[in-house]
Amino acid sequence: MADIEIRNVYKIFGQDAKAALAMAKEGLNKSEILARSGCSVGLNNVSLTIGAGKIFVIMGLSGSGKSTLVRHINRLIEPTSGEVAFDGNNILDLDAKALRTFRMHRVSMVFQSFALMPHRTVLQNVVYGQRVRGLPKAEAREIGMKWIETVGLSGYDAKFPHQLSGGMKQRVGLARALAADTDVILMDEAFSALDPLIRADMQDQLLQLQQNLSKTIVFITHDLDEALRIGSEIAILKDGQVVQVGTPDDILERPANDYVARFVQRRQGRPEAHE
Amino acid sequence: MFPDSLNLSIRGPVNDFIQALVSGYGWVFKAISAVILKAVLYIEWILRGLPWWVVILIFMALAWQSSKRWPLTVVVGVLLFFVGVLGLWDLTMQTLALMLMATIVSVVIGVPMGILVAKSRVMRNITLPVLDVMQTMPSFVYLIPALMLFGLGKVPAILATIIYAVPPLIRLTDLGIRQVDHEVVEAATAFGGSPNQILFGVELPLATPTIMAGLNQTIMMALSMVVVASMIGARGLGEQVLNGIQTLDVGKGLEAGIGIVILAIVLDRITQGFGKSRTEDPRNG
Repeated sequence: MADIEIRNVYKIFGQDAKAALAMAKEGLNKSEILARSGCSVGLNNVSLTIGAGKIFVIMGLSGSGKSTLVRHINRLIEPTSGEVAFDGNNILDLDAKALRTFRMHRVSMVFQSFALMPHRTVLQNVVYGQRVRGLPKAEAREIGMKWIETVGLSGYDAKFPHQLSGGMKQRVGLARALAADTDVILMDEAFSALDPLIRADMQDQLLQLQQNLSKTIVFITHDLDEALRIGSEIAILKDGQVVQVGTPDDILERPANDYVARFVQRRQGRPEAHE
Repeated sequence: MFPDSLNLSIRGPVNDFIQALVSGYGWVFKAISAVILKAVLYIEWILRGLPWWVVILIFMALAWQSSKRWPLTVVVGVLLFFVGVLGLWDLTMQTLALMLMATIVSVVIGVPMGILVAKSRVMRNITLPVLDVMQTMPSFVYLIPALMLFGLGKVPAILATIIYAVPPLIRLTDLGIRQVDHEVVEAATAFGGSPNQILFGVELPLATPTIMAGLNQTIMMALSMVVVASMIGARGLGEQVLNGIQTLDVGKGLEAGIGIVILAIVLDRITQGFGKSRTEDPRNG
């Protein structure tokens, strides 16, 4: 089980990252830094502690840096400054080989647009993580079939991704992450591309799986309803900064500022709007 | 008039350089020449040694394999038979051998170069202008030095053909790899795939249709070089065309021309089929 700690992470995109970083540390905001240095601030002094065995939701609108943040956890993106620690070990110290081992065994990921390999069958996609580790085909197949069944795709193992619907594709994405047998799963807007009914199904399935497997799940979404429904803890991100971290109740009852409060109000306002 | 006093000619130095290369390092080029010649003669020996109907059957099998369509397979067979009827079989096999050799070397050079260009910005900035030059430089300009370094015959013809035909393969390999869905590569990385596993397991398979389009272009350009290359002593259909022109024997030239066109059609359809089958129905890939 892994505790993930993100400590004072900054991510600056642009030429003159050093100057921009200094400005960010002085406390200038995103638009001021952009105007002065031409650099765009992806993350601005983000610190989060993600406890093991829970669903931790990172919520924010597009451009808030949530997808950038989640990619720091498996180092698909390198921070400009700061630390990311797994069980106290800073993963930024890993060399290329150790990083690959870390990715194989500790974190897997589910992507917004599924990111399935179109030239591989459902089964071959699902066992990808096991195969790159060097697990023999027959053993990988057994693991793969088990997870394909778990996500409800029995009988589709020999199909290709282009033969599946969106919901089924994302089940394959989920099975691929589960089959990798890692203790952390990152889900980057995993359900955002699905239509509402399928989305609710998938959320239920995720909660169910979580009960049985107790993985650490970092879930990215732009939808407060989704965040409240599945998250045991929620961090709200705006312009690359953490605005509030708390349980769903905290967010609903004690919004940290106007920005969060507006989200909550809009949500509460919604049922009346339908009547 | 541009003032004469500002004239600067690179003619002298370039000529001296080639001269020095020929006299000082002739043996290097002789060695390279011997290897290429041996390889092409071997291919030619196989193609001309096989009975004509076996060659036709091989091509029909390839056409079927690439397209899974009977009409195309039959058309390929009929067209090649027609080449034989025109009395061009032997010449066609010579041309085919020349072209196959040039294509094989082009693939060996072009695909790895394309991968490097896709992966490295520095390589890209160096290679792309060089490719532009290779594609726009009139082919006679490098045909002559090739002649001086490698002598008359098949070898300079093959080298000139490669220079002419390899750029599209490099460009399209580069394009194919860069076009692979970024998120799919990201996913492979996120699951711990090594650069090699990602290149051979994800990027190259997904770039295959584009690379096949590049191979198709390379083969077509190699074929169009056949006539030019015959001027420095390559045998085959090109020589026949040249002969026809020189003796004002229009019919002879046309016959050989038809032979080249048929070879082009056959090879084009087969390579296009291989590119297409993978995009539309991944089960074949």
